[in-house]
Formats: sequence, structure tokens, C-alpha cells
Amino acid sequence: MPFSIPEQELMEPGHTACHGCGATLSMRYVLKALGKDTVISVPAACWAVIPGAMPNRTLDVPMVYTPFAATGAVISGLREAFDIQGKEDFNVVGFAGDGGTADIGLQSLSGAMERGHNVFYFMYDNEGYMNTGVQRSGSTPYGAITTTTPIGKDRNFKKQNKKVVADLMMAQGVPYVATATIAYPEDLIRKVNNAKKINGPKFIQILSPCPVGWYFPPEKSIEVSRLAVQSGIFPLYEFQNGVLKVTKQPRPVSVREYLSMQNRFRSLDEDDIKKIEKYAEERMEYLIGKEKETQSS
Amino acid sequence: MQAMQKKYNAIMTGNEAVAVGAKLARVGFISAYPITPQTTIVEKLAEMVSNREIQARYVEVESEHSALAATFASELAGVRSYTATSSHGLLYMHEMLHWTAGMRLPVVMSVVNRALGPPWNIWTEQTDTMNQKETGWMQVYCESNQEALDTILMGYRIAESNDVMLPIMSMEDAFVLSHTSEPVNIPEQDEVDAFLPSLDLKYRIDNNRPMGYGSYSTPDGPFMELKVDMMESMKNSRQTINRVTSEFRDAFGRDYSGMIEKYAMDDADYALIASGTLASTGKYVVKKMRESGKKVGLIRLRFFRPFPDREIVDATRGLKGVGVLDRSVSFSASGSVVSEVKSALYGNSSIPVTGFVAGLGGRDVRVEDFYKMFDYIEKGKTGKYYIGWKEAQ
Repeated sequence: MPFSIPEQELMEPGHTACHGCGATLSMRYVLKALGKDTVISVPAACWAVIPGAMPNRTLDVPMVYTPFAATGAVISGLREAFDIQGKEDFNVVGFAGDGGTADIGLQSLSGAMERGHNVFYFMYDNEGYMNTGVQRSGSTPYGAITTTTPIGKDRNFKKQNKKVVADLMMAQGVPYVATATIAYPEDLIRKVNNAKKINGPKFIQILSPCPVGWYFPPEKSIEVSRLAVQSGIFPLYEFQNGVLKVTKQPRPVSVREYLSMQNRFRSLDEDDIKKIEKYAEERMEYLIGKEKETQSS
Repeated sequence: MQAMQKKYNAIMTGNEAVAVGAKLARVGFISAYPITPQTTIVEKLAEMVSNREIQARYVEVESEHSALAATFASELAGVRSYTATSSHGLLYMHEMLHWTAGMRLPVVMSVVNRALGPPWNIWTEQTDTMNQKETGWMQVYCESNQEALDTILMGYRIAESNDVMLPIMSMEDAFVLSHTSEPVNIPEQDEVDAFLPSLDLKYRIDNNRPMGYGSYSTPDGPFMELKVDMMESMKNSRQTINRVTSEFRDAFGRDYSGMIEKYAMDDADYALIASGTLASTGKYVVKKMRESGKKVGLIRLRFFRPFPDREIVDATRGLKGVGVLDRSVSFSASGSVVSEVKSALYGNSSIPVTGFVAGLGGRDVRVEDFYKMFDYIEKGKTGKYYIGWKEAQ
């Protein structure tokens, strides 16, 4: 069956995002899938700035701006209030960056998911605090140079692996968890559609390349997004009703090719690259193992 | 016409009384995180929700920051919302306090005044709420369980007034009110419904009118105008406070006299300004001193935000001296309340002002301490005095 992306646009022209911004495309696709009966809550994030200064707006749905740590709790309160008012079919959406999700917002996210509110939480993952000028976050991958893991005299970079929040959500038993990225819009929209069928918490992590913070030319955003999947660095999966499915099998694109497209990885030597290759392999093995385990049980 | 003073029909703790207040106010959403000594408020409300005595959703969240974030969100969607906290929990909410007031949401919250650590201490003190004085929330300090109940009802009326639209926190002293039973009159639901109509939030979230709530403003944008409007609304809210307090008196027969309560002030030469349950002990001492011919009185601060500056200037006119009792830790030149009193009097009065700090960490402020304070006031001592502390031997 041919799959088409909804034509409805809920994002107006005139937003203030950087050229090649992955997070902006993420929002556009999510809104196409969700439609007009949606309210979006954003914490401090690029997306708190992209819609423009008061009184301008970019989205044709209400947006609630909140403090950094509050997204999970705010969508909980909105959900309950709309249910009280009989608006059960209203989509309540948290749309937060990786800092607002993996770091400062993790507690309220985990609380909201545990309580089981019928909400969507989208983590647009640009792997760092990009709005504040490219600082490291818990979601920044091993090997990346950021402004708080600067190259210095010793060819420095972030020495810790990425905290993958989708994996945490899966471990917590959230009813719907998926990863997606902007190079695969059909896959992303299908996942949002699947999530919609679930009356409960839904978590989708969307890898959203950032030309400014990853140091690549803005016209390469889609390519970087695609290579992240094809190299096995960012596997796409869907976890639904306790069953995991890897939704895009990586094709043989080398990790090295993915890393070499982005100047944030310029500090790495051969050993470092091998470490990242090993990490990607092990993570894929883990996911495929989990896929077998959950599908057979 | 003023209603008759209603007879007591229940005996309950302050915490039960505010839970009953929230029920009578028909709150639709309650979110909270447990902290001693607030817990019995939210336990009572959870029980009421469980027993379907109240049509509300109750969500126990994973922190106070989240409790107020969820309450804020529900209120923004147009549902009358309520939360309660204390001490460190209130500090953890600090960011959301600003956000809720800045969005002009008329939330009502109960706060049980409790000391801040270290060292850990669960007893009463007002430092927790004094630390929130610049958050844009109105503040009421209650003296009795009845007042704690009634303040929830008056609170929603005041906060939801179109010319106010600011949240309100209503305080009880830890244990002295929160866990102590007193006789209370519980009003009938239909009387409350007549006094407090349901919430109709003008700018609630509406998909037919998509807006950004709290997006950013540049220096030349409306930022400064919005903040000035908040400050002016706070200042002018005294008119609504006075009007609602009189309407409450007319409907329920209990008179809280607005921003401050004056006790034995008519011909007083010296007075003490106090709040919360310390004002009750103060009134007892004033009564005793009056019996021995001393012309003393007491001013009880009900509201600290907005600050009753004009009311204090009027009430202290003609006095020979006034003292101010602070039950909080402040590193200002004088103290949290006394600073504001002095600021109100400046240019309007030249009476000596004595500052007292007492009752920290729940330490008893005894009758003899009040005699001592009045003695200092009569002597015209100015400055700051610690009352009831054990000086190193």
C-alpha cells in the first residue's frame, strides 16, 4: 500500500530556526501526523525560540512554554484537565530537546510515564545543549567536541557514551517507545500513527541533526541523519506492548564515514574510532537479542 | 446584611480544614508531593477523591516542582486547581512559583510554614514563605483552623478576579494549626457555590484560537510591561481583597477585616505587629496588660503580599512605639517583615520601631517573651533583638 505523508501543514513559514535544522523538520512531521487537535508543551530548548518572539507564533496549535525540568509534569496536568473537560481525543504532547529530556527533565518524564497519562513525549535529540551554544548533554555521544568538552591541547572530546533515553523508557516498561529520524519521514509518521492507537504514555526519540553543533554544512542534514541509521550508530526501533522490532536494518555504511562527515568528531584517533565501532556493534547486538527475546515470548 | 456568626459544627485540624476548603471550592484538579507537615492535607483529599466525595482528579507526582507544574498546566487548561506543600517543598517549587504567577494563573496553594534545614527541623517558622515574597503570589498568614478553611474560599474569589489574576498562598503554622484540632464551622455547599462561582478562565487553551503561552520577549517586547502590570495588579489587589472579605462576612458571618486585623488598637500607645498563631499569644498578653492599665494593642498581619503599607501607616498613627515580630531568618539589616514596615512608615511617621526575631525552628514564644517585647517597645529601643535564644554561657 503506498504511504503518503499528510499534506496538512501546521507549521507556518517564518520561523527562526537555523538553516538545515533537524529539530524543525521533526516538529513539522510530528504535527502532520497528529493534526490540529493537539497542544504542545516545550521547555527551555531550541524549540522555545524557533516559533519567534512574542506575539509571533509559527505553529497552528497552542504552545505552552515551561521551565526546563517541567515537561513531563506539565503534560500530565494538561492531559488530566482535558479529560475532565471531555476532550479525551485531544493530543497532549511534550516536545523537548535532549538536555530537557536526558538530563534536567528525566525525573518528571519518568514520573509522567510511570503514572501512565495518555500523552506523547517527543525527544528531539540533537545531542547537546544547542540552543545555549553547543554544550555537552547526557545524550551527547562519545567522541564529540562540544564547548564544554573542548578540544584543548590534548585533543579532548566527550569521554562518556550517550545516555539513550529510549532504552531507559523501554526498561521502564513504557507502553510505546520508538526511535526515529528525519531522513525517514514515512517511518517517523508511521510510528506516530502507531503510538496514537495506544491509550497511555508514548515516547519517541527523534535524532535531529544540528549543523551548528555537529559542525557540518546545513545541506547535509538529511544525509547525516540517514548515515546515523545506516552505520548502526542510531538504530531505529519500535517497542510496543512489550515487543521490540528493529525497523530499519543498517546497511553497510561504515561508522567512520558517519563520523568523518562531522567536524565534532575531529579529535578522534584510530583507537577512538574502533571504540565507537565496537559500541555500535554491541548496541545493535543488544537490540537484536532483545528483539528475538521479546518476539518469542 | 451581615449573616449571623455560624455555630461550630465540626472539630478538626487545620490540615483537615483546608482540605474541606478545597472540596467546598470544587477544585477539579489536585496535584501534590508529600512533605511533613502538609501530608494530612493531601491524604484527606486523596481519601475524598477515593470516596467520590469530591469530583476531582488527584495526581501524586514525583516532586514538588512537578506538583506545581502539573497544577499550573491544569489551571491553564481552565480547570480550578489546587496544591499544598511546606518548607523545602516550597523551595523546590520556587521556579514554578514565578512561572505560575507570570502566566497570571489564579491557583490557590496551602503552605504549612515549617523551618528550613540544616539542621533538619519540621517545626514552624516562616522563612520558607518569606523566601517567596518576590514570586508574584499573594500571601495570607492564618491564625485559626477556621480562617485556614475560609481563606481557601476567599482565596479563589480574590485570585480569579479579573483585576487581580495572581495566585495565592495561604499559610498555617506547622503543628500549632496543621495538626491541632479546633472547633470549626463548615459552610454548606450551596452557600459556597453562591459565593464562589465556577472558574471561567478567559485565556485558557483553545485550539480554535492557537496561542503561545509564555513564549519569549525581547527587551523591546512586552516583557517590562507585563511585569509592571503584575506589580500594579498586586498593589491594587487590596481593593478586591477588602471587597471579597466584606462579601464573605455578609455571607458567612465571619469578619476577617481585610489586610490586617487590629486588636485593642483604638487608644493604644504601643503596639506589636505579628502574624500567624503568635498573634494569638500576643492578643492574650495584650488583654492581660490592658487589665493592668497598660495601653497596648496588636496588629495582626493577614496579608504579607500585597504588603499592607497604608493600613499599617493608618493603624500606627498616634502610637509612641511599635514592635515587629519576625518568625524567620533574614540577612537584611533588620528582618523580613520589619524591613517592610519601616519602608511603609518612612516619610509618614517618626515612631521608633523595634525588631524582634523569635520562635525559630518552632521554639516556643512564651507569654513572658511578649511582656519582654512590650517592655522593649515602651523603652523605645530600636534595632533588632533575638527573643528566647540561649546566649552562650
